[in-house]
Amino acid sequence: MTDREHYEAVVVGCGPGGAAAAASLAENDVETLVLERGVEAGSKNVSGGLLYAEESSSYTIDDLFPGFREEASEREITEYQMHNVSGSQVKSFDITELHEHDTEWSDSVLRRKMDSWLEQRVHEMTVETGGGVLTDVRVDGLLWEDDEVVGVSCAELDPIEADMIVAADGVNSELAREAGMMDWEEPEEWFHGVKAVVDLPDEGVEERFHLPPGEGAAHLFAGDLFEGVRGGGFLYTNEDSLSIGTVFHLDSVVEQQVEVHELLDSLITHPVVGEWIPDEYTELEYAAKLTPDSKKVAHPSPGQGRLALVGDAAGQMQAQGPVIKGMNHAVTAGALAGDAFVEAEEKGMDPGKAYVKQLSGEGIFRKLRPRRYKVARALGENGPMTALTDGLLTSFVGRWFMRRGFMKRLTGWAMSSPWMASMMPDTRTPYVTLPTVVAEEMGEEVDSENDVEPKSLLDRIGDLKYDTDVGNPHINVLDDSWEASGAAVMACPVSARDFGGGCYREEKVKAGDVTERTVSLDTQPCIECGTCAVVADTEWRHPNGGKGVEFKEG
Amino acid sequence: MHYVVLTKGVPDFREGQVEFDDDGHLKRGATPTVMNPNDHFACRAALQMKVKHDGKVSIMGMGPPDFSKILYEGMERFYADELYLLSDKAFAAADTWATSITLATGLKKLDPEPDIVFAGFKTADGETGHTGPQTDWCIEWPIITHVINMTYEEDDEVIRAKRLVEGDPDEIETVECSTPAVVVTDPEFETSYRKASHRLRRKKLREETQERAENHEEYTTQWGHEELNLDPDYVGLDGSPTIVSGVDPIPKPPSERDATMVTPDDEDGMQEVVEELVPYGGGA
Repeated sequence: MTDREHYEAVVVGCGPGGAAAAASLAENDVETLVLERGVEAGSKNVSGGLLYAEESSSYTIDDLFPGFREEASEREITEYQMHNVSGSQVKSFDITELHEHDTEWSDSVLRRKMDSWLEQRVHEMTVETGGGVLTDVRVDGLLWEDDEVVGVSCAELDPIEADMIVAADGVNSELAREAGMMDWEEPEEWFHGVKAVVDLPDEGVEERFHLPPGEGAAHLFAGDLFEGVRGGGFLYTNEDSLSIGTVFHLDSVVEQQVEVHELLDSLITHPVVGEWIPDEYTELEYAAKLTPDSKKVAHPSPGQGRLALVGDAAGQMQAQGPVIKGMNHAVTAGALAGDAFVEAEEKGMDPGKAYVKQLSGEGIFRKLRPRRYKVARALGENGPMTALTDGLLTSFVGRWFMRRGFMKRLTGWAMSSPWMASMMPDTRTPYVTLPTVVAEEMGEEVDSENDVEPKSLLDRIGDLKYDTDVGNPHINVLDDSWEASGAAVMACPVSARDFGGGCYREEKVKAGDVTERTVSLDTQPCIECGTCAVVADTEWRHPNGGKGVEFKEG
Repeated sequence: MHYVVLTKGVPDFREGQVEFDDDGHLKRGATPTVMNPNDHFACRAALQMKVKHDGKVSIMGMGPPDFSKILYEGMERFYADELYLLSDKAFAAADTWATSITLATGLKKLDPEPDIVFAGFKTADGETGHTGPQTDWCIEWPIITHVINMTYEEDDEVIRAKRLVEGDPDEIETVECSTPAVVVTDPEFETSYRKASHRLRRKKLREETQERAENHEEYTTQWGHEELNLDPDYVGLDGSPTIVSGVDPIPKPPSERDATMVTPDDEDGMQEVVEELVPYGGGA
């Protein structure tokens, strides 16, 4: 048997959840080893991204890492608007009140800058415990003994035993899947995000967005601009760039057979963003990410034995209406995992069990899986109810009501209500029909022009940096029939019909008189979002340490 | 443990760095000097020893005073602790024999004496492959050449190495020897860090080296023939039995195809290039 090293705690992944866990463990003098598969923390990470510090949370990232906001984040978001769009008609609502609900502060972030800063701090802290941060290491599995998890196995290192294993290895956590705690089965449990970071070289963000120095703005978009797909768009201001992107329910992407990069282009080229996007359009980076819909998939007991799942790995991504909070929950959960280690030692219990207890005490499960949504889902997420609400809204009566003054106030209140947001059903009505009707009946014509020409998918892929693990593809298609895996051709953010340079391609194979429709895969352009793990029949794993795509912005 | 790497500064033969005159002679002044690429493997082997077994890495080279930058390169890239430059006008124009005598004397002067001396396989300019083994002959230690992988048993003070036999990749020999010893690394040499603790230590060494490299002069020792107590008649040109009777310029490779030069600004020329290429592109 290969020699095994032992650490008191091993943290897998150095995103905000892993960093928080490591900081908390180090603070408690626990010997902590952090294993990160990227060449640097953040090189594999993408988020929209707004990072919140909630007033109700016992841990926020600046508690754990003093100086975080000054050195690692972009701008404090002080203005938040929701834009309902139909054609060139737009009705905007200020939803800053919703944004500020339970919010101590909220900053825009870019993950490469943020996570690499965290990595340095975490390394400094964990070295003091006898551990540290190692990059370029992919943890590829769990070590088992008598059906108990006792450590991790790595592609680049000998097996490592630990008294606690914190799996903060992201939305596509291989550890969570090996433990049988998460899966990639159902598209309706996932959101699909695509983002472009756009340079604002000569004109300051403040000037373009009419903001006080140092402050930032967030804008959300919904309505008829995304071909009926359930979801919306976002635009966040960074220090000297913009993050513009889309987030859709993955099942809706598959059903509508849309190509997500084209939906991103629909937003980038829409007049509604014309006043903010510079005519000299310079896209710094194209990226994509799968995110869990915590309402459906957040694990109710994400600690078992020595294992604790943190952040996206446990489905801890809260997306209710316009409220999108993920990183803050990962931070809180990570820090509580560190506390759980100490509690477990003191009380002689499993750290995983202590972690679940800590999460329950914090009330995280109530935020991630609100009871009101369960009711709304049971009552509202079905075809007849959607047809009824859509029919009512688009009827003469519905539109007549929408034109009444009190409805404008009521709609504005509803869009700013945390209570309403937490019970919004995942149907076409709130994502598409309602914002479209609101824009048509209450909105005004946008007077901005937008002549932006987005990058082609070929250029977007070409501008990304890859270190390809030649001869060692990290995804295998198990069933290449169109029925089993064809959805990946459209849903994969670096693939498209009639595009030969992406990951997934449609193939037509003639055998006699029969033409078989299949898919082929080339993992070289893969940006590791994990979409195909859900929508196609694949054997999916991350590339080995340091290999694959390397994001510069994130 | 004290590990010493022998190195040499050579012209940087990489494309874009090296320059030749019209007669095919190397333009030495216009070509940067770098650490002999094969010596990188020796440095990696020494670093691996330091990471896994603690100790100190020194880099020793012979050359003019500005070769100190070659040693500094070794410190910066391979986290060496100390640098030794054997530099004296009396050492100039030495062949491999005189160089080996000088290096062997330098090794014997080190305090503490080395446990393992590492050398690379051949220099990029001389390509004799003599210096490492000849230096070993002078100090009369065991030697293992063509090493592609090695471990060290601390309890027995034994090196266990895999080496290529006659450069044949299909024939690998496993050998052992006691220390002190000389190890000549093959260009196929591979380091292995499979322990997290080793990688953490390597990372720590990198962090520590940054600070040291900024003040590398403090860690550099220069010795001439007096410090080494070497008779000038036995080193440098006077101590070199090799006689260079002449130098042939590097012949230009024969051209097998005609080339037509087209600058990107030449629109007509570029159009012709496109027309030439289109049939090969599979497009219309």
